[in-house]
Parts: sequence; C-alpha cells; structure tokens
Amino acid sequence: MTEKKEDKFIQWVLFATGISSILIIILIIAFIFSEGLPAIFSIGLFNFIFGMIWNPDIGLYGVFPMIIGTLLTTFLALLMAIPLSLCCSIFLAEIAPPNMRKLLKPTIQGLAGIPSVIYGFFGLVIIVPFIRIHFGGSGFSVISASLILTIMILPTIISISEDALRSIPFEYSEASLALGATQWQTIKNVIVPAAVPGIITAIILGMGRAIGETMAVIMVTGNVVQIPGSIFEPVRTLTSNIALEMGYATGLHYSALFSTGIILLTVIVILLLLANYVNYKTKVSIGGGYL
Amino acid sequence: MNRIISPKNSQKIMKTIFWGSGILTILILIFIIGYILVNGLPVINFNFIFGEPIDNGASGGIFPFIVSTFYVTFVALIVATPLGVGGAIYLAEYAGENKLVKAIRFGSEILASIPSIVFGLFGFAFFVVYLSFGFSVLSGGLTLALMAMPTILRTAEVSIESVPKSYSEGSMALGASKWQTIYQVILPAAIPGIITGIILGMARAIEETAAILYTVGAALQVPVSIFDPARPLPLHLYTLATEGISMPNAYGTAAVLVVIILIITIVTNALVDRYTKKMMGR
Amino acid sequence: MPYRIEVENLNVYFGESHILKDINIKINTNMVTSLIGPSGCGKSTFIRTLNRMNDTIPTFKKDGTVLLDGKDIYDPNVDVVDLRKKVGMVFQKPNPFPKSIFDNVAYGLRIHGLNDNDVIANKVEESLKAAALWDEVEDKLEMSAMGLSGGQQQRLCIARTIAVEPEVILMDEPCSALDPISTTKIEDLIHKLKHDYTIIIVTHNMQQATRVSKYTAFFLHGEIVESGLTDKLFMEPKDKRTEDYITGRFG
Repeated sequence: MTEKKEDKFIQWVLFATGISSILIIILIIAFIFSEGLPAIFSIGLFNFIFGMIWNPDIGLYGVFPMIIGTLLTTFLALLMAIPLSLCCSIFLAEIAPPNMRKLLKPTIQGLAGIPSVIYGFFGLVIIVPFIRIHFGGSGFSVISASLILTIMILPTIISISEDALRSIPFEYSEASLALGATQWQTIKNVIVPAAVPGIITAIILGMGRAIGETMAVIMVTGNVVQIPGSIFEPVRTLTSNIALEMGYATGLHYSALFSTGIILLTVIVILLLLANYVNYKTKVSIGGGYL
Repeated sequence: MNRIISPKNSQKIMKTIFWGSGILTILILIFIIGYILVNGLPVINFNFIFGEPIDNGASGGIFPFIVSTFYVTFVALIVATPLGVGGAIYLAEYAGENKLVKAIRFGSEILASIPSIVFGLFGFAFFVVYLSFGFSVLSGGLTLALMAMPTILRTAEVSIESVPKSYSEGSMALGASKWQTIYQVILPAAIPGIITGIILGMARAIEETAAILYTVGAALQVPVSIFDPARPLPLHLYTLATEGISMPNAYGTAAVLVVIILIITIVTNALVDRYTKKMMGR
Repeated sequence: MPYRIEVENLNVYFGESHILKDINIKINTNMVTSLIGPSGCGKSTFIRTLNRMNDTIPTFKKDGTVLLDGKDIYDPNVDVVDLRKKVGMVFQKPNPFPKSIFDNVAYGLRIHGLNDNDVIANKVEESLKAAALWDEVEDKLEMSAMGLSGGQQQRLCIARTIAVEPEVILMDEPCSALDPISTTKIEDLIHKLKHDYTIIIVTHNMQQATRVSKYTAFFLHGEIVESGLTDKLFMEPKDKRTEDYITGRFG
C-alpha cells in the first residue's frame, strides 16, 4: 500500500468508528421501539400513560403510578440536591482555599464513582431503617429513594455548575468588588446570574441521572405500584418496573416493558435537547444584543 | 437604608453556609465508604476472595464473581476502546465543524445519558435474543461496551485536542502524512489522557448493574468461554442484599467493590497528576 | 487636608518576588496624577494597593503604610468594602457586567442599600451624564451593556464607578484597549471629573500623561524614580533614567 492509500484507508476506518455512536443510537432506538410499539398500539398510548392499574395477570398495563413515582422521587431529590450542590459549587469555585479544594475535588469524584448498587445497599442498611424507626411505615419509601438520589446527583450538579461559575471572567468580580460589594453580594448579583445557563444545564443533567437511576432506587422504594399518599409510603419507578419484571415477562407484558423504555428514552432525549438549547442560548446572548 | 441583615453579616452567614456545604459533602462520602469498609473488611479473608460460593453465596467466597467482573469488563474494553479512541481521533483531527460532527457529538451525549436499564433492555433484545448470544459474558460485555464507549470517546477527544497545534505543524512541515503525524506525534502526546479515558470507561463497566441484569445471567461458576453465563460483583451484591441471603457476605462483596473502585480512582488521579506535571515541565 | 493619599515606605511582595520597593508618594486632592513607566514596573500593582484589590491575590504581602485622608487603609479595623466605596476603580479592559446598561450603573447603588427606584433612576441618569454617555444610551437603557462599543463600555464603567460617589478614582490604563476617538472622549471626561474627584491614572502613553495630569510619577523596576509636576518632570527631568525613558532612549 502506498502512503497515500494507507492514509485514505485509515481515514475511512476512523470515520467508521466516528459514526459508530450514531449507528449504535439508531440501533438501540430501533430495537426498543420495535419491541415496545406493539404494546403501545395494542394498549393505546393514552391508556398506557394514564392508566392507573398495572396488573400483567389481568392484562392491564397503565404506567401512570410509575410516572408519578419517578417524578416524585426525582423532584424531591432535586429539591434537596440543588441547594446543597449550588452552595458546594460556589464554595469550590469562589471561596475554598487551595487545600480544601484538593480535598473536595476527589470527594466529588469519589461520590460520582461509587457504584449505584452500593448506594442502593447503603440506602437499604442505613436510610430505610432510619426512616422506619423515625417516621414509621416499612421505611421503603419515596423519601428513602430521594435521599439516595440526592447524594447520587450531587457530583453531576456540582461539577457542571462549578465549571459554569469558573468560566465567568474574573473581571466581573473585580468590577463588583471595586465598587465596594462584599464577596457574597458579588457572587449573588454578578457571578451566579451570569452562570445561570450553565447551572440550569447542570440541574437538567442531574435530573436525567435521577430519572434514569435503577438499582439504587429499586433497593429502597419498596416497589409497590401505587400513587403514594405521603413521602413515607412505597412507590415504584419506571426504571424499577423494567428491572423487576423483565425476568419473567412474555408477550404483551414483555412488549409493555419496552414501551416503558420508550418513555424513558424520550424523556432523556428531551432533557438533553433542553440542556443543549440552554447552552446555545447563552452563546447567543453573550455575543451582544438584548438580555 | 433599612436592612434586616447588613451586607457584612450576610457575607459572614453565607460564608459559613458555603463552608458547611463543602464539609457536609466530604462527610457524606466518608460516611458511606467508611460504613461499607468497617462492616465489610472484617469479612474479607483469603477464602472469601479465592473461594467458591456455597449455598448461592450464603457462605463461601466470591472468586467466580471477581473473575466475572474482570472478564466482562475486559470484553467491554476490547470493543469500546478502538471505537472510542478511533471516534475521538476522527472528531479531533479529521472532522471539521459540520452537521455530521454535531450529530456524532449528540449521539455520544445520548449514549452517555441513556438510563442503564434501557441498555439492559437493548442488550437483552439484541445480543441475548436477536444475535442468540444467550446470557453470557459476551452479551454483558457488549452491552457494557456501549456504555463505556462515550466515556472513552469524550476523554480521549479532549486530550487529543489539547495537544499543541505546533507539534503537528512541525511534523507536517517535515513532509509527514496526516496519519504519520497523528500516530507519531499527536497520539504519544495524548496517551495519558487516552489511558485515563479507558480507565474511566473501565470504572463505568465495573460498577454497572442494571445493564447486565438481563444480559450476563447469574452463574455461580467461574466463566471460561465468552458464551458462558457469569455474575459480576454488583449483580451478586444486589442478589445477596435483596434476597436476604447473607448480610455479612453482602458487606464483604460491597467492600471488595469499593476497594476496586477506590484503586481505580487513585490510579487515574495519579496518572492525571503525572501528566499535568509533565506538561508543566515542558 | 492637602493630600488625599499618603504612601510611606510601601513594599509589596507576591510570594517571593518583591514587586514594589520603598514607595513614598503623596497624592493631591482633586487633581489628576499620572503613573508612567515601562510594563512590569509595578504601576498597576501600586494602584491596586490603594483600594486593596491585591487582597484578592493569595500570595500578596505588604509593609509600609497607605493613608487615605490621614487614616491607614490597611488598619485591621478598616472594612475593605467601605474603602472600595471611597476608592473607585476603572480597569484596563472595559468590564461591564452582562446586565443591562441601566443595571450596570444601578448595581453599586443597590448593593449599598439604595432601593428607591426613583432615586436610583435619577442617580443613573446623573452618572451617565457625568460620564458623557447619556446622549448615546438614553433610549436604550435596557439593552445589554455587552452590545456597546469598547469606548462606550469604558465610559459606562466610569459611570458605574462615579454612581457610588467615591472620593478617589483609580484608572488602570483605561484607554489602552480603545481607539483614538474613544480615547479623546475619555480624556475629555477626565478633565471634567478632576474638579470633583482625585484621579490616579496609570498610562503607557506619555502624551496622555502630559495631556491629562497635573502631577506625574515615573515607576521603574518597582521603584518611583521621580515624581512631581508633570510639566517639570517632562521638561527638565532630574534623573537620568527619567530622561532616557521620556525621550524614548530606554532599553
């Protein structure tokens, strides 16, 4: 092979690996949809999404309680994770002395690296009994899952928000401090507002992580299909539903689990598009013009 | 000027809150890891690591599960590394900024964010059933490869892009072809970053549970062929804990898993550290 | 009080490096003082010492005293926030906030506790007029400041600074990023402002120093080589090094 031909050949190979991620996505979407659409057609999209009863034995496949389960655990987790992770990212980006940063950075990496089954296990042996003892019930509950999810999405929100805060030019803080603003006034009025798009992206991605989490949630929610009366009652999420029933599902039941997968995929793609859109908007508005 | 809290006091209060949130985050990690290790390490001994499980893991060791973990991860990396690194080279060196590149980036972003249980669904439908690989190391490994790939791609791309332009210009000016330049100049300079990416992908494969739930099976024996079923550590831990088989062994398994992840994290950090120092030294 | 700022035996260090050496200078009230000298001579570090902006650099150390109206600004009892309210600063690169023009000027007022919107609006108008920007932005106050030209941005930063009514305005090469026309506008503005404010301006441009300032100090390698009336310093420099620098024979 001549050098030129070799170069062309290699470029072709690299191109093939490059587009492999697109091909894989297409393959995944194709398979999930081809397995899941039959159930949606047979059950009806409305009945599937808003159906209140999930009972494969009598052929009822409504995922509404699971959608509520996912949304409840996710939003409660965001409610707790957003303040903590924003404070933590501001601390990292603006306040922490170098030694503290050196300690905190690997901590966040560590939190991101802990396997979800370990989080689930930890929830099972610590959080579930804690809730049972102090708040009654079985302990398997919305709140147990939310607490675990809070910890799990901390690293996502912290690291992306920190990047956003760090990318704000130091000139802004300088200008504010020179006007006699305190550090907190500068953070609150200048740095954080300028970093809002990045922070929103961080929250959206954290939300995606919470919605998609399976193992940790399955181990602490109790997995009862119901709309819970309180946060101390058990629920089942969309992801858990798949994991719990895949082992023995056949026919329409099998297909309905893939339909649940379709919902998850759609939600994640929407969230990603949203995150990209927020980022794109920032680039446009930083370029000048009206805010 | 009537304020409830003066700017100076709110500065003090907020600073305390920020410090508190940082310290709380550190305490959370210490508590989780500490709790697992304190309860798990006493269970670990030679027999636990190298022994065969007895009664579905109620007693005995976890050797087959450790082997499974590394076997499945190895298969995943064999597939994901060339795809990820190749894709990264293509994105960083060949592709300009066009629609296709945007599509590839978005594709790998989606791939990185798809819930792992959806990978599990796909792995089951495609590898296990459609390609008839059955519940096996191969099916599980391939499913994990899809998850590790975007991690490798992103990290490798960043590290290839951070190689100074002057390097490749120097090489091109000597009449080297594009691929010679990439192979001889750019990749060697980017290799620590690429290795970091592979290790991160490896971590993702080791810790994953939901995606292998219905792809690797649940064997209790050491897998030999790639068509054998297996049971990686996270899956074993899940079974032990949720089916109430043995809490002490669950703690032990969890501790082994945590130790493996800790080692990987420390090695990655050391690598990144050395790499940054080397770059600074230039 | 004849002197607004008195600096005695000031030494500044960043970590190991000795940036300013034995600085002694007195700055007259409501006049313009120029600081000239080659890059890296410590002029910028010096003015950043006057509003304690160097405090944001972790390795910063200093000894000697800096008196503002006779009081040591590095006294532990002095609140740096109050100090910076009194000593405003305009930076080399225009650095408006990514907010509207109005909010940029209102920012300082609001953080200092003003929340009557009518008063704020009046002050904003006053400050923009004082900074000779009002006519250009009057009808687009809600536009992002990022959409202004470089020269307009710099005048906006000056308006933002004078809105909080400082006694002293520090200007760190305020025209170095601007075109000649914008530079002229800023210089005219300095002439107007000197009646009400003590202005210290760092500049690379010796003509600018002669145009805008009554007093000039020449910095070299972290020391003040010579200081005094601008005319005198440029017409009959006492030190050989000053002469070399102003006649362009330097280096």
